[in-house]
Amino acid sequence: MAAPLVLVVLAAVTVRAALYRSSLAVFIAERVEVASPLNAWKRVVEGLALLDLGVSPYSGAIFHETPLIIYLFHFLIEYAELVFMITDVLTAVALYLAIQDFNKVVFKKQKLLIELDKYAPDVAELIQTPMEMHYIPLKVALFYLLNPYTVMSCVAKSTCAINNSVIAFFILATIKGSAFLSAVFLALATYQSLYPLTLFAPALLYLLQRQFIPIKLKSKSFWLYTTQYASLYLCSLVVIICLSFFLLNSWDFIPSVYGFILSVPDLTPNIGLFWYFFAEMFEHFSLFFVCVFQINVFFYTIPLAIKLKEHPVFFMFVQLAIISIFKSYPTLGDVALYMALLPVWSHLYRFLRNIFILSCVLIFCSFLFPVLWHLWIYAGSANSNFYYAITLTFNIGQILLISDYFYAFLRREYYLTHGLHLTRQDGTEAMLVLK
Amino acid sequence: GGMAAAVLLLLLLATAPGPGRADAGQERRDTLREELLLSPLPTGDVAATFQFRTRWDADLQRGSVSHYRLFPKALGRLVAALGVRELHLALTQGFWRTRYWGQPPLQAPAGAELWVWFQPTVTDVDKAWKELSNILSGIFCASLNFIDSTNTVIPTASFKPLGLANGTDHHLLRYAVLPREVVCTENLTPWKKLLPCGSKAGLAVLLKAERLFHSSYHSQAVHIRPVCRDASCLVVSWELRQTLTVVFDFFSSGQGKKDWSLFKMFSRTLTDTCPLASQSKVYVDISPKNKEKELLEVSPHPTSVHEAVVQGDKKTYAVYDLLSPSLFNTSRSLNVQLKWKRPQDSSEMPVPTLHAQRYVGGYGLQTGEICTLIYNTHPYRAFPVILLETVPWYLRLYVHTLTIITKGKENKPSYIHYQPAQDRRRPHLLEMLIQLPANSVTKITIQFERALLKWTEYPPDPNHGFYVGSSVLSALVPSVTAMKDMDVEQSPLFTSLFPSSDGSSYFVRLYTEPLLVNLPTPDFSMPYNVICLTCTVVAVCYGSFYNLLTRTFHVEEPSRGGLAKRLANVIRKFRGVPPL
Repeated sequence: MAAPLVLVVLAAVTVRAALYRSSLAVFIAERVEVASPLNAWKRVVEGLALLDLGVSPYSGAIFHETPLIIYLFHFLIEYAELVFMITDVLTAVALYLAIQDFNKVVFKKQKLLIELDKYAPDVAELIQTPMEMHYIPLKVALFYLLNPYTVMSCVAKSTCAINNSVIAFFILATIKGSAFLSAVFLALATYQSLYPLTLFAPALLYLLQRQFIPIKLKSKSFWLYTTQYASLYLCSLVVIICLSFFLLNSWDFIPSVYGFILSVPDLTPNIGLFWYFFAEMFEHFSLFFVCVFQINVFFYTIPLAIKLKEHPVFFMFVQLAIISIFKSYPTLGDVALYMALLPVWSHLYRFLRNIFILSCVLIFCSFLFPVLWHLWIYAGSANSNFYYAITLTFNIGQILLISDYFYAFLRREYYLTHGLHLTRQDGTEAMLVLK
Repeated sequence: GGMAAAVLLLLLLATAPGPGRADAGQERRDTLREELLLSPLPTGDVAATFQFRTRWDADLQRGSVSHYRLFPKALGRLVAALGVRELHLALTQGFWRTRYWGQPPLQAPAGAELWVWFQPTVTDVDKAWKELSNILSGIFCASLNFIDSTNTVIPTASFKPLGLANGTDHHLLRYAVLPREVVCTENLTPWKKLLPCGSKAGLAVLLKAERLFHSSYHSQAVHIRPVCRDASCLVVSWELRQTLTVVFDFFSSGQGKKDWSLFKMFSRTLTDTCPLASQSKVYVDISPKNKEKELLEVSPHPTSVHEAVVQGDKKTYAVYDLLSPSLFNTSRSLNVQLKWKRPQDSSEMPVPTLHAQRYVGGYGLQTGEICTLIYNTHPYRAFPVILLETVPWYLRLYVHTLTIITKGKENKPSYIHYQPAQDRRRPHLLEMLIQLPANSVTKITIQFERALLKWTEYPPDPNHGFYVGSSVLSALVPSVTAMKDMDVEQSPLFTSLFPSSDGSSYFVRLYTEPLLVNLPTPDFSMPYNVICLTCTVVAVCYGSFYNLLTRTFHVEEPSRGGLAKRLANVIRKFRGVPPL
C-alpha cells in the first residue's frame, strides 16, 4: 500500500508546486474563502514585521495567531511553501495510518458482534469486508491531498493547514490508543483554534471503548479514566499557554486570539454565517447573538455523545463537521478536513437520500463564490446580498450533507440489528420512519 | 473740620491701591497687534493672511486672573481650568496648492485640526482632552465633539511645542484631525467675536463672510502659547494669535483680471483703526521675481518699504501703517490696489523647495495602496523630513508592505514609530524620518485592506466614502539666504510664527491632500431579513439533528386513517377512483 500512497503524495506535491510558481498564487492568496483574519498568511508576515519593528504583534488588531506560530515561522519564514506542502503531506499520511488502524478495529468489532449473534440473519450484504475496506485509507489520503479546497488552502499558505495537521495527528493518536499523545495533540489543537475542545468527548469515548471500560455513570473505572485523560489534557494545555507567555512576556495573546475568536469583532466576509449576521445586527442584541452562536457550536456535543456512544469515530466526524460549519471564521481548509473522512463511510451510500443534489449544490456554490465576490467588490454590479446568499446555500448544503450521512448511519445500524427485509405484521413489505 | 476729614478719607480710600489693582495697570499689560499680508501668488491668485496677536503679560496658570481685557475670557478660562500649555485649532476649507502657490506661511489640513500640549500637572490627559474638544466645539460652533479616541493620536516627533517648553514628554500631546468638517459662516462669527475690536474697527472690517467663503482656500486658526516676556525670559506671557488665510482666485478661475484691490477682494475698504491695537499694518509682497525690476505697482503710495528674509528668501514688502496719521490724510478710506506693469512670464513659475502629493492606488473594494510623493527641488542640499500619517482603523495597514523608493533605490528611514490600530478604539499612527536627497522624488507606498463595518457605523451617505486625514510633513528646509535673528516684537507677525534655531534653515509644516476611500457596504435595508435567513439556516441544522438524535426508527404501522384520509376516500368514491 505504500507505493500508491507515495504516488498520490508526489502528484499532490507537483500540483502545489506548479501552482506556487504560477500567477494564480497571488490571486488565490487573496481569496477570502481560504484566508480568514485568523489564518491568513499576510497577517503572519505582518505580525513578524511588527515584531521586527519592536512593536508587540498583539498591540494591533491585525495578528491573531498564537505565539507558537510566531516561534515556528520566525525560523522557517524562508521556507514557507515547503512547510505548508510538508504539512499537507503529513496530514494525509496521518489520516491514512489512522484509517488503516480504524479499519482493523471495525473489522474486529464486526467479527465479535457476528459471533455474539447480535446481527440479524439476512444482513450479509451490509457487513463490511476487508476487500472493500482495503482501499479506503488510500482514498482518504487522496480525498485530502487532491481536494481543490486543500490545494487552494495550501497555495494561499493559510495556517489552517497546520491546524488540520494537528487534528489529524490527534485522530491518529486516539485511534492507536495512546491517551497521552491524544491529550497533547488535542491541547495543541485547542490552543490554536479553541473549537477542537469539543473533540474531547469522542476521543474519551473511543479510548474508554478501547480499554473495555463500560460507559456507566456509576462505574468507578469510568471516572478514573476520565479524570486521567482530562488532567492530561488540561495539564498540556496549561503548559503550552505558559510557554506562550514566556515567548513574548505578556498575556496579550489571550484577548487577541481567544477573545477575537469568541467576540467576532472583525466582519471580513468569509464562507460562514457570522459576518453578515453581525454586520446587520442591531447593536442592542449583538452580545446576545454572539453568545447564542458560540453556544451553538458546543451545544451538540452532549446529545451526540449520548446517541453515538458506541460509535465514537463517527461522532468525531460529525463533530468536526459541526465545528467547520459553525465556527466564527470558517475557511475551505476546515471543510476539506471532514470531507477527507467521507470515504470511511462509503458503505452508507445506499442509504443516502440526497447525495446527488447536495454534491451539486456544493460544487455550484464553490464556483459561484469567486464570481459573486468579483461582482460585488470589483465590478460593483452586485451587492453583498449575492455573496451572502451563496454563503447561506453552501452552509445549508453542508448541514444537509452531514445530517444525510447521520441518517444513513443510523438507518444501517437499525437494519444490522433488525434485519434488512422488514415485514409488517401482515407480511407485506414495511417502511421505516423516524418517530 | 470733620467734613474735610471725611472727604479726605474718602479720597484716600478711592485712590488707595486695592489688592492687585495697581498690578492691572502696570504688570498685567496686554497688547494687540494686527496685520494683513497680501501676497500675489505665481498663478495670478492673491493670498490674504490676517493675523491678530494679543499678548498678555499675566500667568494664566498660576494667578487667579479675573479681569480680562483684550484676551478673550472664554479662552483664558479654558487654558487655566484644563491645564493647557499650547493650543492650536485650525478650521480649513480647501487645499493649499504648494506646488503652484509656493510655501504657505502657515498651512492647515482640510477640515478641523486640533493639537494641544498639556501641562505636566494634568493627571488624566485623555479626560482633559475630551473636555477641551467639547468646550471648543461650543465656542466655535464646529463639530469638534466628534474628536474621540478613534481619531486622536499621540505623535512622538512631529509636533514639538511652538512656545516655551521645559520638557517634552510626548504623552502630554494630543493631535486630532476631522477631515470631513465643513467650515462656514457660523464658524467665522464666533472667531470674529474673540477679536478685541470685533469686526467693527481695524483690519477685521474686511472679514465679510460672503466674500471670504467665495474663495478657493479659507483657513481660520487660533494659536495659544506661552512666550518669553522679554529677552531674559524669566517670566512667562501668554500669546493668542488668530490667523485667517484666504486665497482669491479671480484670475485663475477666469472671473477677472490679474489686478486686484481691497475693494475687489473684500467689498470693503479700511476706514479706521482699532483703538485697542498698538500696531496695525498692511504688508504687500512686492518682491521682484528673478532679480528683475518691479513688475507690480501698488497704490496709494506705501508708508514705508520693509525688507526681510522670509522662508529662506529675500522679500520686499510695501508697508501701510494704519496708525500713521499721514495715511488717512487724502481720503477717509484706504483701498490698496495693485497693478501689473507688464504681463508676467507664465513659464517662470518658481517651484518650492519642498512639496508633496498623496493619492490612493489600486482598484476594487478589497485592498488599496496609499502613495505619497515628496519632492525635494533644492539643487544640491539634502535634508530630512518627518512624515506623520494617521489612518483610521477600518483601513488596515500592512506595515510589511511599506516601501520608500528614491531615485530607483530603496531608502530606509532612520526613525520609524508605528502604532497599529485597534478596531473601534484607535487609529494607525506612522511616523518616519526620511532623508530626502537633493533634487529627488521620494515615493512612499503602503498597502491596506478595507474592512466591512457594522451597518450602524456608516455615515448617512455611505457611498460618498470615508475621509483619511492629511498627512503632516515637518522639515527644516535649507534657506537660500541666511536669516538674521530678529526680535519678535520688532519683526512682522508673519515672520515670527515658528521659532527659528539658526538662520541657515527655516521650519516648514506641509499637509498633503486628504483622501476619500470607499468601503464595501452591506445592504442597509436587510437587517430583519438577514437575521431571519441566518437563523433559518441554524434552525435547519438544529431541526435535522434534533430529529436524528431524539427519534428512533420504527416499522411503520398502517394507520386507520385520520379525518383527512376519510374525507379524501369519500371524494375518491364519488370520482370512482380506488380509495387510499
